[in-house]
Amino acid sequence: MIPLSWFLIFAALLFCVGLYGALARRNAIAILMAIELMLNAVNINLVAFWRYLGPEAVSGQAFALVVFAVAASEAAVGLALMISIYRRRHTVAVEEIDMMKW
Amino acid sequence: MHIETLIWLIPLPPVLAFAMIVLFAHRSNRLSHFLAIGSMLISWGLAMVVFGNAVTTKDLGHHPFQVSIPWLPMGETAFRIGVMIDPLSAVTLFFVAWTCLAIFVYSIGYHNFGKPRDPGDRPGLPPHAGGIEPMYARFFAFISLFAFGMLTLVLSDNLLLLFIGWEIMGLCSYLLIGFWYGKPSARDAMVKAFMTTRVGDVFMLLGLAYLYSATGTLSYREILFNEHVLSALAATPSVIPVLSTAGMIGLLLFIGTVGKSAQWPLHVWLPDAMEGPTPVSAMIHAAAMVSAGVYLIVRFFPLITAGWHEGGALTPTMTVIAFIGAFTALFAATIALAQNDIKRVLAYSTISQLGYMVAAVGIGAFVAAAFHLITHAFFKALLFLGSGSVIHGVEHGARETGEHLDPNDMMNMGGLRKKMPITFWTFLIGGFALSGFPLITAGFWSKDEILADAFAHGHWAVFLTLALAALLTAFYTMRQIALTFLGEPRTEAAKHAHESVWTMTLPLVVLAVFAVGAGWAGIPEHFPVIGGLLPNWMHEFVSGSLLEHPEALEFNPVPLLVSVAVALGGLTLGWLAYRRVPAGGEDPLKRPLGPVHTVLKNKYYFDEFYAAVFVRPAYWLAETFTYRWLDRGVIDGFLHWVGRTALRVGSFLRNYVDLPIVNGAGDAVGEGVKRSGRIIRVIQTGRVQEYLIIGVVFAGVLISYLLLLRP
Repeated sequence: MIPLSWFLIFAALLFCVGLYGALARRNAIAILMAIELMLNAVNINLVAFWRYLGPEAVSGQAFALVVFAVAASEAAVGLALMISIYRRRHTVAVEEIDMMKW
Repeated sequence: MHIETLIWLIPLPPVLAFAMIVLFAHRSNRLSHFLAIGSMLISWGLAMVVFGNAVTTKDLGHHPFQVSIPWLPMGETAFRIGVMIDPLSAVTLFFVAWTCLAIFVYSIGYHNFGKPRDPGDRPGLPPHAGGIEPMYARFFAFISLFAFGMLTLVLSDNLLLLFIGWEIMGLCSYLLIGFWYGKPSARDAMVKAFMTTRVGDVFMLLGLAYLYSATGTLSYREILFNEHVLSALAATPSVIPVLSTAGMIGLLLFIGTVGKSAQWPLHVWLPDAMEGPTPVSAMIHAAAMVSAGVYLIVRFFPLITAGWHEGGALTPTMTVIAFIGAFTALFAATIALAQNDIKRVLAYSTISQLGYMVAAVGIGAFVAAAFHLITHAFFKALLFLGSGSVIHGVEHGARETGEHLDPNDMMNMGGLRKKMPITFWTFLIGGFALSGFPLITAGFWSKDEILADAFAHGHWAVFLTLALAALLTAFYTMRQIALTFLGEPRTEAAKHAHESVWTMTLPLVVLAVFAVGAGWAGIPEHFPVIGGLLPNWMHEFVSGSLLEHPEALEFNPVPLLVSVAVALGGLTLGWLAYRRVPAGGEDPLKRPLGPVHTVLKNKYYFDEFYAAVFVRPAYWLAETFTYRWLDRGVIDGFLHWVGRTALRVGSFLRNYVDLPIVNGAGDAVGEGVKRSGRIIRVIQTGRVQEYLIIGVVFAGVLISYLLLLRP
């Protein structure tokens, strides 16, 4: 059986890819996608821990399902925002979307 | 009804009439004079009933009609006010009621009631063309109030109520002298009258206060009819060593009389008061108000003479009173010689006659003073009303001929006896009464009694002064009658004069009856031939007001002969000198008297003297000292200093406390927040990724701390 640490290493790498994408990409859609990556890294952790540490309970799966739901709704809201911003400003580059400041 | 109730009611109708005219009726002239005269008629009727009762009551002096109520509680006791009729107030009430009523009726005609109002007339100026007086109703309101004051004064049973009536009359005098306030001379005269009498009133008020503090009461009966109080007052020395307390109070009250009755040296207001309408001159300045002054000292005769026994030496107070009275009698008579204004002559004769009464009180002749007070009120009211009728006639003539002349100037008259017969005959009776024409006139009996009293008690100086004054009185009276009525008219206006209406002549006739008849009440018993035919009612009745009856004088022919001689001599001389003064001719006295005449014409320059000594310094005091120095300099200066100091303190506080400290602290807080915000805000870029980096860094730091550094 594959040891737990592999899952964890994989999830950490996936999270780093997502984090890098969220921090470095200019396209807002890409950032949203990167966030999806980070959320899924967390899901991998949740499911892995459930399988290796407490398989008799279903809390890990339940958490993962909640994260899915949150991620889906987040994607829906985020995309709607992006479309609205794009209609007004004709851009989805995040460094140009900086109205929320002093 | 009780007689006391009637006495209460006597003064009320005029004051009600005053209120009703002022409040409701003043638009209707007819209603106004109906109210005024109707109320006076009621008062007159009540007064006559009371007088009749008083005369028929036995021993009225000891049991006067009196009723009083507590008015002003003062701790344990109370000021009581009330009314009293004793013999003195009864006879005073008699003449006041008659003269007031006569004058009220006379005013209707005098103010041209029934003529249309002239559109050229202005309120505050005399009607210039014989139209009705523009302020007709107002006049009747004022004289009603005046009658109320006089009746209150007469009926009062204490000095306080007397003083109230006294001051009401002072106010009415002021208002009525200045009735034609459009004339500057009338305005000056009203102020002068008010201010001059005020001098006397202040002293009188002092006397009143002194009397109250010395005896604890102001009631006549408790002071004047009480031997213990009187002798105690006479025995206690006052603040001034020469005078007893009684003497001091008497002197202070007498100064009130000097002001009110226009005695020297406060006589200056009365002649100027002739600026008012003639009924006012008659009422206030002959019959009623100036009589009030004499009434006061006659009323306080027991106090003034406390410590004096009949035939003994005069007390200092009495000496002063006798001197002032006699001096005034002569002094005013000399001035009257040189006056040409018909009313001013009468004004000076009033001063002179009041001097007689004052002198009579001064030498202790109580009954004579009261007697002369009554007869004088009748014949002087008559003379004044007569002079008003003359002036009216001449004004009428002047309107017909279109002449512009002074209708008061006797030099513009002459020959009026044919034009105005009723006025002439009544004026003649009044004039003869004033001169003391023997036997038939009232003035003779009363004046003779004063002279006889002075002679009998050996007051030679007073006797000679008064006799000389009587000579002058007869002379100037004849001068007045001759210049006005005898000879030929000296102007066209006098030629066209005509008799006045019946409302004016009727009062003249009534007063003329009294000017003759009032004297018969006081014919001395021992007078040759006619003495004893009529009882000497005046002496019997009036002396009942005193605690001890003064003795009736023994008859002595010397004063009688002197009195007859001066009266007839004066009249004859006057007639000889003035019976025919031609038109434009100068006064026959002018040449023989020379510069003296000028001095007399200018009234001994008393007005100028007072102006220099009192009026101008008072103006200086007000204008330069009080206003410019005290008010503008000291008080305003102090206030300005306070203001400037406060301003300086304020600006110091502002510049050194408020601005730097309070404002500075407030500003520093705001500025500090602003500045730190400006510094910190650079991290808020609005870029999501930068925030995220910060979050990641902090999260990394936190995690590193938790994992690596935490022990």
